[in-house]
Amino acid sequence: MAVATRYEVVVGLEVHAQVLTQSKMFCGCSTDYLTTPPNANTCPVCLGLPGSLPVINRRAVEATIRTALALNCEIPEFSKFDRKNYFYPDLPKGYQISQYDLPFSRHGHLEFDVKGEMRRCGITRVHLEEDTGKLVHEGAIDQAQASLVNFNRAGVPLMEIVSEPDLRSADEAREYVMRLRAILQYIGVNNGDMESGQLRCDANVSLRPVGATELGTKVEIKNMNSFRAIHRAIEYEIGRQTEVLEAGGRLVQETRGWNDTRGLTVSQRTKEFAEDYRYFPEPDLPPLEVSREWVAEIRSSLPELPAARRERFVTGYGLTPYDASLLTSSQPMAEFFEETVRLGTPAKAAANWMLGDFSRLLNAEHTEIEQASVKPTHLQQLIALVESGVISGKMAKQTFEAMYRAPDPGPALAALRGSTQISGDAELEGIVAQVIGENAKSVADFKAGKQQALKFLIGQGMKISKGRANPQRLEALLKEKIT
Amino acid sequence: MLVDREISSVELTEAVLGQIDTVGEKTKAYLLVTRELARRQAKDADERLRANRDVRPLTGIPIALKDVLCVQDVVSTAGSKILKGFSPPYSATVVERLEAEGAVFLGKTNCDEFAMGSSNENSGYWPVHNPWALERVPGGSSGGSAAAVASGEAVAALGSDTGGSIRQPAALTGIVGFKPTYGRVSRYGLIAFASSLDQIGPMTRDVVDNAILLQAIAGHDPRDSTSSERPVPDYLSTLRNGVKGMRLGVPKEYFVAGMEPAVEQAIRDAIRLLEQQGASIEEVSLPHSDVALPAYYIIAPAEASSNLARYDGVRYGYQAEGAKNLIEEYMLTRQQGFGAEVKRRIMLGTYALSSGYYDAYYLQAQKVRTLIIEDFKHAFEKVDVLVGATSPTVAFGLGAKTQDPVAMYLNDIITIPANLGNVCGISVPCGLADGLPIGLQLIAPGFREEVALQVAYAFETATDFRKLQSPLMRAAA
Repeated sequence: MAVATRYEVVVGLEVHAQVLTQSKMFCGCSTDYLTTPPNANTCPVCLGLPGSLPVINRRAVEATIRTALALNCEIPEFSKFDRKNYFYPDLPKGYQISQYDLPFSRHGHLEFDVKGEMRRCGITRVHLEEDTGKLVHEGAIDQAQASLVNFNRAGVPLMEIVSEPDLRSADEAREYVMRLRAILQYIGVNNGDMESGQLRCDANVSLRPVGATELGTKVEIKNMNSFRAIHRAIEYEIGRQTEVLEAGGRLVQETRGWNDTRGLTVSQRTKEFAEDYRYFPEPDLPPLEVSREWVAEIRSSLPELPAARRERFVTGYGLTPYDASLLTSSQPMAEFFEETVRLGTPAKAAANWMLGDFSRLLNAEHTEIEQASVKPTHLQQLIALVESGVISGKMAKQTFEAMYRAPDPGPALAALRGSTQISGDAELEGIVAQVIGENAKSVADFKAGKQQALKFLIGQGMKISKGRANPQRLEALLKEKIT
Repeated sequence: MLVDREISSVELTEAVLGQIDTVGEKTKAYLLVTRELARRQAKDADERLRANRDVRPLTGIPIALKDVLCVQDVVSTAGSKILKGFSPPYSATVVERLEAEGAVFLGKTNCDEFAMGSSNENSGYWPVHNPWALERVPGGSSGGSAAAVASGEAVAALGSDTGGSIRQPAALTGIVGFKPTYGRVSRYGLIAFASSLDQIGPMTRDVVDNAILLQAIAGHDPRDSTSSERPVPDYLSTLRNGVKGMRLGVPKEYFVAGMEPAVEQAIRDAIRLLEQQGASIEEVSLPHSDVALPAYYIIAPAEASSNLARYDGVRYGYQAEGAKNLIEEYMLTRQQGFGAEVKRRIMLGTYALSSGYYDAYYLQAQKVRTLIIEDFKHAFEKVDVLVGATSPTVAFGLGAKTQDPVAMYLNDIITIPANLGNVCGISVPCGLADGLPIGLQLIAPGFREEVALQVAYAFETATDFRKLQSPLMRAAA
């Protein structure tokens, strides 16, 4: 970036992650809001009907503590819920049950790397709140004559993960979110789906003169629905703010929305209209005591986290830190790699394939590795053919693409093996002659009745043909010549 | 009576419905009379009684429900126009418990809008008239429930008490009204005023009925996280234990300035009578009583301002017409749907919670609340029950205090501490002044409802006050 010289970029991120629970945060309704008809998963509690009361979903609390522990947070012994008051049609009670001054956790950090270099970003807090409903406008939002509200999402548990303003570039911000997403998936609290909004990210971006310690005027950016959008929006905002400052202007503290199609941020509301949320302790829910036993129990159930796995991939498989980072950035990716290696593939080859052609194809189609038809066994077989020299790298690449595109990669793999097999007697006879010429002793052994010798001779034939000889034909021809 | 088949539930219900027909226009106690529902439930109850199948103490008893209680498919408005025509798709836990008992629901009783008031004049529909003197208020906010019981328009009723809303109207209409400890009765389905103070309780003609009704509704409810898991004692088993050897405390702060001499005299007489029954009497101090009222008028409105935010015209209830945009829709709906007192408290509460004022008001009030809890704790180290007046005055005239909100607020000056202090309080009739009832308030420690009932019963049986009937009730007999 050309602008990075005079100003230091300061970014802090607020990530909202829906918690993968069966039922909502404060009632028994299903959290499946994506596939059910509008307002099907609602009840007096999540609709905020008069007289209804919330009851805490213990699993959602557990998931939040789990997340906080994975992010190295402290878990205080006492916590409580608070009401955040504001009016909006998607908020049925006129307040959101959230956490204000006593969240479930604080003071954590997240490590990630940018181009192989390790970075650490502070985590201010991880707290739990309820999601809102969703508005559907009839036509464009500024022209709509009516809006409809779907409350299926209202009351779905939502974690808010707030970072310190420790990020210094769009690259760092993107890597932070990628690593955070991987952790949430690893520990099974969120599915990482940004497109459907199950994982959402807002960024606070400000600039300050290099060397300054005070923070500049911050701008909050919303509506970034992919890693790419996060990166582009922050880059755009850095550019915009630099221009304002360079021109001697002053920045306004405001909220701006990222418009992905137009590639720019648009002002949504300025600080003058900012809400006073009038937070106060939720009187319908008693304060929570988080026992140390419970925290210990949750901690002991945490799986191996990306950072530890990355370390193991470097020391155990001899991968470069960069490759190890990429492979551990998503749990399914890491699982795929380990399974491929377990099947007998050299680690380096498996990593190269996965981070090369495989990732390229997945990224092009925005597909996740677990949805691909290519499974570890297919990749292992393909790599084995290359490693034994049967097929060229170029051939393998072409075949891999065919395998990737087919609903079942099996036939493409079999066809590759078939097409490279030597079955013609003329060519096979040449191999047989060479085998007999170079292994007189074994031929003699066979003639003396040692059946074992034939196996050895077939093996030699396969070796000469680099595995391409049709074993049945080779055996038949060998027998013919030496009996 | 019903179990002995002296009278059937249908006969009893018809008699009460008949009384509603006769005096209903005078008291205006009900917002809605559910005649068909009552008749159906009475028939079912008789069936149950005839078959002697699961007969409970309340099987077949006609009961009135304050309009703040949700009853499935029955219009429940909390006395507010903003909920006009609103039929909840579910019933409050207390309603379900009474249904399980086989009780008969007479209808929804009038009350101050969202239970905010001490005279029932803040009802979004119409004021209630005191059965003892129709030009006077019945008290509030559970004025309709009180008037219904006092006029024979119900055998018993449920009310709700946030700062005295059961006890004060009970005192002003000559009935027994009990505010249980916060957490004793589930609030699920109670249309909220102030969540940390609201509590549902029984309003009855005598203490035994009160104990029976409380027994039916008390106990933990998994749908209300603030309801207590403590077991509910058998209130009837200790009712007749008397007051001999009990220590009664008389808080000196409860004889407030402005207390009517006749009220004070009746309370002093009542205390002497309890002493004659074998209780020891000593004066105690609840030093922070004078700041209870201001603290209450921060905490309750603060919670109310948030609780009432949901009435925005988007999903149910009243929706203003002609709004040009969303903000205007909100403003018009709330301007037209809420009454003056509700708006006043929403503004008070919003202000108290605003950034920059929170520490000075809300937080300070919470600290005062802690001091009041401590006051009670210290007093109950010395005595078993506290005795004082329920209301400093007898029923006042309709319109007498409507122009002066603070004078109205002062009605609750000796009932509010029990709500802030997490204790329980019962009001029992203790005499008349110029033909108007006076209430004696008995306050017991948190979750010691049986102690309050025991003293109340001892007092009631030592006097003839329970035989006093309002003119409307006498006319029916």
